Amino acid sequence: MIKDITIGQYIPGDTPVHNLDPRIKIIITFVFITLLFFVGNYFSYLYIVAFMGLTLILSKISLRFILKGLKPLIVIILLTVVLNAFMTQGEVIWSKWGISITREGLYQAGYMGLRLIFLITGASLLTLTTSPIALTDGIEKLLNPLKKIGLPAHELAMMMTIALRFIPTLLEETDKIMKAQMARGADFETGNLVNRAKSMVPLLVPLFISAFRRADELALAMEARCYRGGEKRTRMKQLKIEFRDYGAMMITAAFCFLVIWSR
Amino acid sequence: MPVKVENLTHVYMKDSVFEHVAIDNISFEIQDGEFIGIIGHTGSGKSTLIQHLNGLLKPSSGKVFIDGSELGSKDVQMKKIRQKVGLVFQYPEYQLFEETVYKDVAFGPRNLGLSEDEVEGRVRKAIELVGLDFDSISNVSPFELSGGQKRRVAIAGVLAMEPKVLILDEPAAGLDPKGRDEILRGFKTLHEKQKITVVLVSHSMEDIANLVDKVLVMNKGKIAFFDTPRNVFREAETLEKIGLGVPQVTYLVKMLRERGFDLADCINIDEAKNELLKLFKR
Repeated sequence: MIKDITIGQYIPGDTPVHNLDPRIKIIITFVFITLLFFVGNYFSYLYIVAFMGLTLILSKISLRFILKGLKPLIVIILLTVVLNAFMTQGEVIWSKWGISITREGLYQAGYMGLRLIFLITGASLLTLTTSPIALTDGIEKLLNPLKKIGLPAHELAMMMTIALRFIPTLLEETDKIMKAQMARGADFETGNLVNRAKSMVPLLVPLFISAFRRADELALAMEARCYRGGEKRTRMKQLKIEFRDYGAMMITAAFCFLVIWSR
Repeated sequence: MPVKVENLTHVYMKDSVFEHVAIDNISFEIQDGEFIGIIGHTGSGKSTLIQHLNGLLKPSSGKVFIDGSELGSKDVQMKKIRQKVGLVFQYPEYQLFEETVYKDVAFGPRNLGLSEDEVEGRVRKAIELVGLDFDSISNVSPFELSGGQKRRVAIAGVLAMEPKVLILDEPAAGLDPKGRDEILRGFKTLHEKQKITVVLVSHSMEDIANLVDKVLVMNKGKIAFFDTPRNVFREAETLEKIGLGVPQVTYLVKMLRERGFDLADCINIDEAKNELLKLFKR
């Protein structure tokens, strides 16, 4: 059950999308997300679909994997769709028990639903094709100008790297403790809300203890190797904008133009 | 409580780039009251295998029978199976969570819905079985104990379920030699006195040679051997090829024999001692 979580997962590969400079990829993702709010009609979504399709094909990530990643968020998407369908004013096309669906509501619901789905897939495509280290490297570099006003860019990036690094470890740990308690007859799946919350105690206590222990050990290991923050740190791999990065920017710009032009 | 495994296969992350066949179509049977050892190189599928025996993992294909009932079929209650088949994971001390040792050990029996009297009896028995003193330890926080004591408390937590089959995943890993001897001897006594079936996963060939009736050797998700330790440890070359070995003393006796000494195969120190004494007396 826990293994189904795909958020933040990285699928290694050697494709044009994987090899893009992480900074460019982050910027493109932000542009793409902003672009979603500029989509003026259903027709414009075709361009978004085309853009997503192109990225998917280039990155060789299977559509099924993306769909699987949407599964945990299906409740939020459905809720948005349903709320929009019922709550929008306009021409009534169906009505019963004092609630009604309007034509405008349906239009709006589909619209919002699609926006959410593309938002999530766009963001997950970034993490799926960028290794956590490259990602935080990119973020650090992008935040660099803000160092001048006192933003601890390196420290923030390091915290993110560590957090990302420990997601799978903690998931694995959760899985292990869950199984160990299940072997002692613990039941995590049935019962009412109160009982279920109570049944989490045997899981959460050991999990917290191990998380703190790990944090402590990691801090010690980093200090033992003389880690002391961002000052004067150099990198083995320098990020460099190359031809394909310009290409990716051009393609994105073209799609932006198409979407805004078709409003 | 015979345990029967039929054509068991387990695939992790099926249909993704991370797909990995952990167990590849294996079948075997464990009889009542046997002491079974499982050895295998890291990643050979040992841990995956034992998690099938109490239904924590579901087979990708194949069947597991406990006492004749198939795991995963509708009329089999998993809670009952998990009471019958106790599983002690690697480093079980990381699963402790209660305020006192007593409460932690009582977690399992309480989940079984037993009366408070029955729970107390079982907790007392389990704590004493792992060699701790019930009266002095039962009200201590498990987090104040030493590593070895924590391990014992965690094992007591499983023993308090009074399983008929006890599966142990490297119960002695990371303990000092004294602690490891005590804990392993404890399992042997438990096995002999209570006639329960014990499955021991271990990386120590010595422990396997000293304790078990039969040893199951895993290699890349398949069974390489399933035989008595004496027969298995005769295959030193094959075992080495799959990243394992034989007890040190077996190597020693083998080398002596290659230099012309007339010795029989030995798998533990006692046997070797007797063989050598025989040789000197001649």
